[in-house]
Amino acid sequence: MTIGVLAVQGDVREHLRTLGRIGVTGRPVLRPDHLVGLDGIILPGGESTAMWRLMTRTGLAASLQEALASGLPAFGTCAGMILLAREITNWPETYFGVLDIAVERNATGRQVDSFEGRVAANGLGELPAVFIRAPLVRRAGRAVEALAWLGEAPVLVREGRVLAASFHPELTGDPRVHELFIHMCRKGER
Amino acid sequence: MDKGTYRVKTGFAEMFKGGVIMDVTTADQARIAEEAGAVAVMALERVPADIRAQGGVARMADPVRIKEIQAAVSIPVMAKARIGHTAEARVLEALGVDFIDESEVLTPADPFHHIDKWGFKVPFVCGCRDLGEAARRIAEGAAMIRTKGEAGTGNVIEAVRHMRLLNDQIRRLSGMSKAELVTYGKELGAPAEILELVQAEGRLPVVNFAAGGIATPADAALMRMLGCDGVFVGSGIFKSADPERRAKAIVLACTHYDDPELLAEVSAGLGEAMPGLAIEDIPDRELMQHR
Repeated sequence: MTIGVLAVQGDVREHLRTLGRIGVTGRPVLRPDHLVGLDGIILPGGESTAMWRLMTRTGLAASLQEALASGLPAFGTCAGMILLAREITNWPETYFGVLDIAVERNATGRQVDSFEGRVAANGLGELPAVFIRAPLVRRAGRAVEALAWLGEAPVLVREGRVLAASFHPELTGDPRVHELFIHMCRKGER
Repeated sequence: MDKGTYRVKTGFAEMFKGGVIMDVTTADQARIAEEAGAVAVMALERVPADIRAQGGVARMADPVRIKEIQAAVSIPVMAKARIGHTAEARVLEALGVDFIDESEVLTPADPFHHIDKWGFKVPFVCGCRDLGEAARRIAEGAAMIRTKGEAGTGNVIEAVRHMRLLNDQIRRLSGMSKAELVTYGKELGAPAEILELVQAEGRLPVVNFAAGGIATPADAALMRMLGCDGVFVGSGIFKSADPERRAKAIVLACTHYDDPELLAEVSAGLGEAMPGLAIEDIPDRELMQHR
């Protein structure tokens, strides 16, 4: 199994390291041809505006959009969640739109309000969670399953083959959310 | 839930990797930077080239200026405090600035000490010329490092010098015993505990960007080839003939640094770069990197 990590910008290394820890081959994805033969793709943390501009200028955005439309499983953390969302409540653009949620960018405020703690996730137990200028889900479609919450807001959501987190499992060394994604990528699930 | 932990600070810096952080002095410039794909902007009153040309004491930017820039963009906003100026840093933290650059580009405020950065919720980035300086700043609580280069010159040689020196010193750590680390630490003026972390990882334990003199897409690519995680561009964008195009080109070059064909494409027809300065033409006492 090979999992791509979108590598135009962001905390790519942390995702590759987490994949390595659970024995999965990771491949940095910079160009459209890097998408060939992937079993899933991770959209990392970073700046969603910067990542999107970098992807559109090389044709990667269009190729990845196509791959997602044909069922490539995807997992987004923080900026990655924003890139996957159908709607962004406080920003004029939307990106891939393959996950039926409306997210608010920077919903937890500026960096001085960023925080870490633990969240309880259905089926995974209590997870260490780092929230950095995090997006929060303000609306979720009926087909979207919320696996963990922060107050009123779902912070780990799944719809079909798409998984997204407001926080950064890749920063903590705890591989359980990545393991869940790998499980979703296995052929039987597709 | 805990705010301002070291992991929250260093984790934030990880999100900048592969990106370009641009100096801006107005809300309009900030919007241009965001649209070009900057991962953050540095709000300041004058870019380094102007500070160098005008002389005098360079201080933290006016809070009015910083608030205008914060209101203009959705990406993180950084700002500079003078070296050792804890009160300026407290003001910037109160303004909700996302990252503070304790910067040699401004006139230093404390001849003895840097800011004790552990006491802040906001993360700090600090400059270094070598591993010793990087390790001291990390020991003081810096969550991110940038090589200093020589700001406001449009001349990349000092940035390269500092990155090469850092790489060379990190390589020397491999295979050293604990006793040798302590001795080497004394030589560098670096705490041994930090050197142990560097030795274990084979790299600095925090994100390291390049800064000071980066003016072209190829400059950005060169610094990435030398192993830095991303770049700061100060005067290089808004002192050039066509800031919008140059900003976009530098963003692409920073990501695709090992794709020469793409570098050729984005480097073409950008118009005049900022005017450059030879380092040997700058009197020693005017070099910012020694601050």
